[in-house]
Amino acid sequence: MRRTLFENMTHKVLTEKAPAPDEAALAELAANVNRTARAKLGRSLSIRQVDAGSCNGCELEIHALNNAFYDLERFGLHFVASPRHADVLMVTGPVTKNMREALERTYNATPDPKWVVAVGACAADGGVFAGSYAVAGGVKDVIPVDLHIRGCPPTPYELLKGLVSLLEGFGRSRR
Amino acid sequence: MTRTHVTEQGWNEAVGRLAGGHVTLLSLWADAGNVLMALLEGDDVRLLNYACVGGRYPSVGAQHPPAIRLERAIRDLHGLEAAGAPDTRPWLDHGVWRGKARAPYDFLPADGEGLHQIPVGPVHAGIIEPGHFRFTANGEHVVRLEERLGYVHKGIEKLMEGASLDAAAKLAGRTSGDSSVAYSNAFALAVETALQIKAPPRAQYLRALMAELERLANHFGDIGAICNDAAFALIHAQTGVLRERVLRAAQVCFGHRLMMDMIVPGGVAHDLAQEGPGALRALLVEVRKRFPRLIELYDNTASLQDRTVNTGVVRGDYARQFGAGGFVGRASGRDFDARRNLVYSPYDALKFDVPVLEAGDVNARVWVRIREVEQSLALIEQILERLPGGPILAVLEGKGASCEGLAFAESFRGDLLVWLRLDDGGKIARCHLRDASWFQWPLLEAAIDGNIVADFPLCNKSFNCSYSGHDL
Repeated sequence: MRRTLFENMTHKVLTEKAPAPDEAALAELAANVNRTARAKLGRSLSIRQVDAGSCNGCELEIHALNNAFYDLERFGLHFVASPRHADVLMVTGPVTKNMREALERTYNATPDPKWVVAVGACAADGGVFAGSYAVAGGVKDVIPVDLHIRGCPPTPYELLKGLVSLLEGFGRSRR
Repeated sequence: MTRTHVTEQGWNEAVGRLAGGHVTLLSLWADAGNVLMALLEGDDVRLLNYACVGGRYPSVGAQHPPAIRLERAIRDLHGLEAAGAPDTRPWLDHGVWRGKARAPYDFLPADGEGLHQIPVGPVHAGIIEPGHFRFTANGEHVVRLEERLGYVHKGIEKLMEGASLDAAAKLAGRTSGDSSVAYSNAFALAVETALQIKAPPRAQYLRALMAELERLANHFGDIGAICNDAAFALIHAQTGVLRERVLRAAQVCFGHRLMMDMIVPGGVAHDLAQEGPGALRALLVEVRKRFPRLIELYDNTASLQDRTVNTGVVRGDYARQFGAGGFVGRASGRDFDARRNLVYSPYDALKFDVPVLEAGDVNARVWVRIREVEQSLALIEQILERLPGGPILAVLEGKGASCEGLAFAESFRGDLLVWLRLDDGGKIARCHLRDASWFQWPLLEAAIDGNIVADFPLCNKSFNCSYSGHDL
């Protein structure tokens, strides 16, 4: 263990440069996020992830945000265990009818001000599962969405770009 | 694989052989008023068909518990009743598909002094899929765990009906994202069996290459996540780096980190990129340098062993009765791997061992994964050495008549079964996908028995069953 820990101190850091914010995401945010609310939160956001019906592919890439290469916490963003601790709900999947109520209750349990980030092609409009008897639709069909990060699944880099836009969006509005 | 049509007597004889432990249930599903049962006898697969009378068929679950949830799913999705079934509660259907309010659900009772219930989920504390766990506990000790699944039911099998092969292949690859390669592979093999064609040799080797990369990535993720749930973050951080390196190599080789939609009926959609072999060899060097040290660390950390040894034991007879695949079965002495037992190309030409342990605890499930990482590395090496040239995609010609195919693939968590029937226009008439999790989830309920509540996350992670693959 000591060798591994020691190496971590001497070797070059794996964590990569932060991406520039996604311009499309910035535009979407500017329209959606309330200015006064942004000012209150600054650059530290707690994220609660909710799988509303995904195939679990998005979850794998969201997990990757915490690895040494992407190191999400350096931006002040971190995942929390309860919606009651959260500023941001990160929702994946088409919303299945069986998960609809749980998603609504999670949204209602999240204190204001709050934002919803819909992650993945399915979260945008149901993706390949759209039209099923068991699917309610995309996330916006069930709760209000402030930002979409597309991809099937979006890569950690794309996720990071979207989330950096979220922070950037807050920052700009405060100026 | 043609169906053997059986009468009620023939059906019941098969159920008797299941209950007697002579054969293993591979799956149970419905197709147009028929119920089909796939059985494993030795290394041979048999497919029985019972034509329902008045929408009813004799219950398999009445004598063979592994069939119970499958029967409940058949009733929810197809309306066919298992006569004499021991559990008639809905399973995937939560009562809301037709716009109604959620139906109440009767959890199984547990009686005794000082018992209390802990409801957990469907929304959990981590970045994981949704499902409900109902614990009945006495203080810290779990006396009963009951799972309530179906939250992520998306109606995949119904969406496939009438779909083109392209559209259906995309759905198959999204049945369980972590096993996208394995599902695409099993689906493609089933189509190819139905159409009586074979993917070109190069495509078969590339499929195996993707499958082993997927296995590596998932095993690294799992080993780290299990250690993390025992509060040992160092291994989690290190395996997280290894997992990322595998996904980046996959990106270089095939242009997608999870290699989604790369395997298609007839072959593969993307040839190995020119930089691929170099990236893979660099990956092998890196993993072989880092991983042994992490294994040593896992093995020599008493506080970690204290959590994983003797925790969440799955009895060997349960593993065999349920036909549990993957590390759940192999950590409890069930010596089965679809790559070897139900051999499909190119694994017949490759050398690998199937690690099997007997202890059945969290520790054994970690060790099976560790050994499988070593096997996958050796397999990738062999594939790179032997990769044949030539085309990567065969021409698919419809048969102009209805045809059926059954196929298996070994995902990182166990064997997947895909059965499908094509119509005369070459579209999907019916497709059934059975995840390895169907026969692992019930064993998790048994494994937690007598453990403390705080060890549940550890047990659950060591199983790492798929919710989406199960809920469909």
